[in-house]
Amino acid sequence: MSVTGHAEPAVTSPPAPGRKQSDGRTSRRPPALRLLARPEVGVFLGAVAVFVFFLVTAPPVRDGSSMANVLYQSSTIGIMALPVALLMIGGEFDLSAGVAVITSALTASMLSYQLTMNIWVGVVVALLVSLGIGAFNGWMLVKTGLPSFLVTLGTFLILQGVNLAVTKLVTGNVATDDISTMDGFGQAKKIFASSFGVGGVQVKITVVWWLVFAALATWVLLRTKYGNWVFAVGGNKESARAVGVPVTFTKISLFMLVGFGAWFVGMHQLFTFNTVQSGEGVGQELIYIAAAVIGGCLLTGGYGSAIGPVFGAFMFGMVQQGIVYAGWNPDWFKAFLGVMLLGAVLINLWVQRTATRR
Amino acid sequence: MTDDNTTGSHGAVLADPAPAGADRPLVELRGAGKSYGNVRALHGVDLTVHPGRVTCVLGDNGAGKSTLIKIVSGLHRHTEGDFLVDGEPVRFSTPREALDRGIATVYQDLATVPLMPVWRNFFLGSEITKGPWPVRRLDIETMKRTADEELRNMGIVLDDLEQSIGTLSGGQRQCVAIARAVHFGARVLILDEPTAALGVKQSGVVLKYIAAARDRGLGVIFITHNPHHAYMVGDHFSVLRLGTMELSADRDRVSLEELTNHMAGGTELAALKHELAQVRGVDVEKLPEEEDLTAPVAAPGEGKA
Repeated sequence: MSVTGHAEPAVTSPPAPGRKQSDGRTSRRPPALRLLARPEVGVFLGAVAVFVFFLVTAPPVRDGSSMANVLYQSSTIGIMALPVALLMIGGEFDLSAGVAVITSALTASMLSYQLTMNIWVGVVVALLVSLGIGAFNGWMLVKTGLPSFLVTLGTFLILQGVNLAVTKLVTGNVATDDISTMDGFGQAKKIFASSFGVGGVQVKITVVWWLVFAALATWVLLRTKYGNWVFAVGGNKESARAVGVPVTFTKISLFMLVGFGAWFVGMHQLFTFNTVQSGEGVGQELIYIAAAVIGGCLLTGGYGSAIGPVFGAFMFGMVQQGIVYAGWNPDWFKAFLGVMLLGAVLINLWVQRTATRR
Repeated sequence: MTDDNTTGSHGAVLADPAPAGADRPLVELRGAGKSYGNVRALHGVDLTVHPGRVTCVLGDNGAGKSTLIKIVSGLHRHTEGDFLVDGEPVRFSTPREALDRGIATVYQDLATVPLMPVWRNFFLGSEITKGPWPVRRLDIETMKRTADEELRNMGIVLDDLEQSIGTLSGGQRQCVAIARAVHFGARVLILDEPTAALGVKQSGVVLKYIAAARDRGLGVIFITHNPHHAYMVGDHFSVLRLGTMELSADRDRVSLEELTNHMAGGTELAALKHELAQVRGVDVEKLPEEEDLTAPVAAPGEGKA
């Protein structure tokens, strides 16, 4: 259509030569370019590149069990990266996500052990605590109008301190007691931390959960009302409110979703190691945020996908394990991360400019 | 004009004459005002909106136009006077409540989310869904088809409803926003400076849609600081100045020049002319005299402000 349009001024050429009526002013961009503008395409290509790179340079990666290991590593990051990505699309981020994982695990572990109850009581209470932390973050944000950076930085410091102090107070130690002999441990371990064999390779169950959550998040984001609201509150909060989107509900529920993720990963850690180190988790929040950004989510909100962070987390897992399999110094991992992050940010910037170009 | 008995309502608040039901105002403000702390942004404003008529609200920056529409659209609550919808006093606490009463607002910043596709923006906040609860999902086909139809009805043809709305021109976005409001059963359409950021041609397109909305029986509140645009489509004109109503007159009681003078604040311009006369190099001879600048007819509303 645009090809016929440029020869004559628009006034003289009839506007509807092609299929459908078109006024000829908006030409369709070529399909390849439109595909590239999808949030997950850049990270997909990046993940493939990293995968191929290590497949070539680190022969042990070609082994099935190494791959299962890479996927496991990716899944522990990926499960948290999903809600963090949704929150980011909704225009906020959560610095307390890393220590909140440990808070959840500590709550379940100490509550069950100290009160000698069934482990499930601790698991359920931990879920409530995690959702509560998320709700608090969201409520503070909505009520005060402060940026999420400040609100969640506060929560991050509070939780970090509480984790250490309460653990020391209760157990007299920096770690919790071993809970592996308690009632219900076996059941819970089956759900949160078991493995199963596929073609002779042991795959951790978190990989399955990761992919199930990713599919669910993608469906919610693209096919439901709620997903529409998430994009809207991140893209333009005032506009969203003006057309009747429940902004407060959407923001608070997104923070609670991060709380749910923290609980799930916390339970996984608890039932994998049977005990929790109270000082852990610091710095993890930035890994989650980085995975979401590498996955094509815009730090300022309103743009992104749930499938992008899956590839983002895979890149993390791949690099982390790949460096080990290649026999290099693992210290290179962080440098790799930095390069990946910068590359992703540059691609995001380009996408945003292309997508909003008049 | 026999149907202009409403002119009287701008003065002292009259008992509602309750004319024929069809002519009952959809929205009415009586002595309404709004204070933010100790700042009185709006005071003693009367405004009526009738179906099939365009009420223009004019005023300079800071005159209280935005505060006025924020009250009517439910973003802020009025702190004095009465706000009636269909004759009933109301106090909206969210824009949703105003929308449910058929009052839709097209904001200056358009209330669109630039990175979202056109069709998602069209249905934002009023999405169509299908299926039972756990799998209740967006009815994307219906929404895309409806959006396309509504936009075509308004004369907007887009090749691709998946393109983000940020890629459309200002006029196109304005028209999408108007089409959206019309589609969602708006009875009262509030347009906040729809032509402010637009070129001449695009403004013309928007004015055409304002007329189209009026002809569909909607009551339109058209906020602008351009008296020329207002005079092209308006049936009634209210001029705000420093938070109070300076003029409220029907079309046949006010000319474009008077409107322009009221808008510009004739007396202030005259004072400005004196000041400019002190400055060397400014030729004040060609500027109009004070008596030309002040409105020739002391319009009925003027004395009361």
